[in-house]
Amino acid sequence: MTFLEVLYFIVPAAILYATPLIFTGIGAVFSERAGVIALGVEGLMVIGAFVGVYVNLEYFDVFGENVYWLALFAAAIAGMIFSLIMAVAAVTFRADQTVTGVAINMLALAVTVFSVKMLYNKGQTDMIAAPITRFDVPVLSDIPFIGPLLFQNVYIVSIIALAVAIAAWFVIYKTPFGLRLRAVGEHPLAADTMGINVGRMRYIGVMISGFLAGIGGAVIAHTVSSDFSASTISGQGFIAIAAMIFGKWHPLGTLGAALFFGLAQTLSIGGNTIPYIQDIPQVFLQILPYVLTIFALAGFIGKAVGPKAGGQPYIKGKR
Amino acid sequence: MSNRLVNILVPIISIIIGLAVGAIVMLVSGYDPVAGYSALWQGIFGDAYSIGNSIRQITPYILAGLAVAFAFRTGLFNIGVEGQLLMGWLAAAWVGTAFELPRLIHLPLALLAAAAAGAFWAFLVGYLKAQFNVHEVISSIMLNYTALFVTNSIIKNITDGGFKTETVPPSATLRWQWLRDITDNSSMHLGIIVALAMVLVMWFILEKTTRGYELKSVGFNQNAAEYAGMSVKKNIILAMTISGVFAGLAGAMEALGTYQNASIKAGFSGIGFDGIAVALLGANTPLGVLFGAALFGSLKYGALNMPNASGIPEEIVSIIIALIILLVASGYVIRVFLEKMSKKKEAK
Repeated sequence: MTFLEVLYFIVPAAILYATPLIFTGIGAVFSERAGVIALGVEGLMVIGAFVGVYVNLEYFDVFGENVYWLALFAAAIAGMIFSLIMAVAAVTFRADQTVTGVAINMLALAVTVFSVKMLYNKGQTDMIAAPITRFDVPVLSDIPFIGPLLFQNVYIVSIIALAVAIAAWFVIYKTPFGLRLRAVGEHPLAADTMGINVGRMRYIGVMISGFLAGIGGAVIAHTVSSDFSASTISGQGFIAIAAMIFGKWHPLGTLGAALFFGLAQTLSIGGNTIPYIQDIPQVFLQILPYVLTIFALAGFIGKAVGPKAGGQPYIKGKR
Repeated sequence: MSNRLVNILVPIISIIIGLAVGAIVMLVSGYDPVAGYSALWQGIFGDAYSIGNSIRQITPYILAGLAVAFAFRTGLFNIGVEGQLLMGWLAAAWVGTAFELPRLIHLPLALLAAAAAGAFWAFLVGYLKAQFNVHEVISSIMLNYTALFVTNSIIKNITDGGFKTETVPPSATLRWQWLRDITDNSSMHLGIIVALAMVLVMWFILEKTTRGYELKSVGFNQNAAEYAGMSVKKNIILAMTISGVFAGLAGAMEALGTYQNASIKAGFSGIGFDGIAVALLGANTPLGVLFGAALFGSLKYGALNMPNASGIPEEIVSIIIALIILLVASGYVIRVFLEKMSKKKEAK
C-alpha cells in the first residue's frame, strides 16, 4: 500500500468510528456542564442502538431505504425518555450520580437484551435491511487529495455530527441558555440566586445527553454492526466520556478528541494491514484513548478540570 | 422512627419494590411472574447442585462487594473493581499454571499473586488521585478497559496465540472434591472460606485498628484528618490498595475455583459492577456486604434456570438488580416517605 492509499483508507474509517463518539461526547458535555455526571451515556447508547434497529426492522416495509431517518429519530427520543430515569434519580431524588449512571448502564443492557429475546426469541436481532449508506459529496469529492480523503464515501451522519458539535459550541458559549447551563454546573447556588431554575436546567442537560447518545448508539448499529446484540455497544459510551474529558468539556475539544480516538480505534482494528502500524502491538492502540485520558487528567497534556459542581445534587437552602 | 431502623428498611423496601416491578415487567411482557419467580427459586434452592453453584456465584460477589464497600468507607468510589479483578484473575491463573509446587505453598502463592495484582492496579488509581488529583471514578474506568485489553494481550502471548491458559493443576486449585460430592458435583469451591475470612478482615481493619480509624477519618472529612496530623495522600493510596486486594482475590476465585483458567474476554465479567450493587445494598458494612452478595449472587445464578423452566429471559433479574440499585441510591425519597408515615402515626 502506498502512503496515499493508506491515508485514503484510514481517514474515512476514523471519521466513521468517531461519528458516534462525537454525538455521545457532545451529549455528555451538555449533561456534565449542567452538573450531572454523564456515566449513563453508555446505557443510553444501548437504548438508542436497540430502538434504532427495532424501528429499522419493523418499518422497513413502510418506508423503504430511508427508514433509517425514522430509526435515528426514534432512537433519539427513546434515549431522551430513558435519560429521564437518570434525571429523576440524580436531580429530584438526589441519588449519587455515579451509582445512578452505573445502574442506568445495567438497566439499559438488561431491558434491551430482554426485549430482543422476547420479540425475536434469540439473543440478537436480524441484520437490518436499510443501513446508512456511503455517498460522495457532489463537487467537493472531485477536489484532488482532499476529495478522496474527506468527501468520498462519507456517511451523512458524520456531517450531521460535525454540525451538532458546532451548534453545541454556539449554544453553550453564545446563548443565554448556554450561560445558564454552565452556571448551574459551576455554581448552582449563585445561579439559583439569579433566578435560574437549577433543577430544570439539569433536566434539560441530561435529556439533551440522552437525545444525542441515543443517536450515537443508533449510528453504530446502522453503520458498523447492522444488528443489535448485547455486545453492539461495548465501551463506546465510555470512550465518548474520555473524549469529553480529553476535550476539556468543550464541544469543539470533544469533537477533536473524538476524531483522534476514532483514529486510534481504526488503527487498532484495521492496523494489521498498514505498513509501520502493523509493527505496533495491537494492545497499545487499544488502550491509547484510555491511557491518554488519564494523562490529560493528571495534567501531563494540559490540565483537564471539570465543572465545579459536577456530581453534587443541589439542595436548596444548603450552603 | 430510629435511624438504624430506617437504614435497614431502605434496602428492604427497595428489594420489595424491585421484585414487584420485575413481576409487572414480566406480566406486561406476556410472561407468568409466578412461574418466573418459582423458576428463580428452584434455580437457587431447587437441589444440592443449585445451592452449591449459588454459593460459588456468591463467593466473588462477596469479595467484589467488600472491595467497593471498603473504598466507600474511606471516601473513595472504586468503580475499577472490574479491572482489578481481571488482573487478579490473570495473575492467579499464571502463578497457578507456571509453577510446580506443593499445594500448601502453591495455592496461597497463587492467591497472593492475585491479591498483589489487584492491589497494584488499584494502587495506580490511588496514586493518581493522591499525587495528581485525578478523580478515581474516571481513572478507574479508564483502567478497567486498559486491564481488559492488557490481560487479553498477555493471555494471547503466553499461550502462543491461544485463547485460554492451561487448566490450573490440583496443587493450585480451590476445588475440593468433598464440597463437590455433597453438592451433587456442583462447581462450589473453597473460595467461600477465603471470602468469609475477608469479611472478618475488613471488619477488623476498619473497626479494630488505628490505621482503619485513620482511613475512615480521611473518608469522613479530609481537612479534619489532615489537621489531626494524618497523611491524607498516604491514606488514599492505602485505601485503594487494600480495596484492590479484595478485588484481586475475587479474580482468583474465578481463576482457581470456578473456571480453573484465564481466557480472553470479549467484555467484562460484570462481577465488579455488581459489586457496586452489593456494597450499596449492604450499606458498606462487612456484614451487609455478605447479605447483599448472598442476594445478588443467588439471584444471578438462579436466573439461569428461568429460560428453561419458564421461558423468561434471564435478563429480567438484571433488570430487577438495576432497579434495586436505583432505589437504594434514591434512598432519600424512601426516607422522606418513611418519616411522613411515622409522623402521621404519631399524630393519630
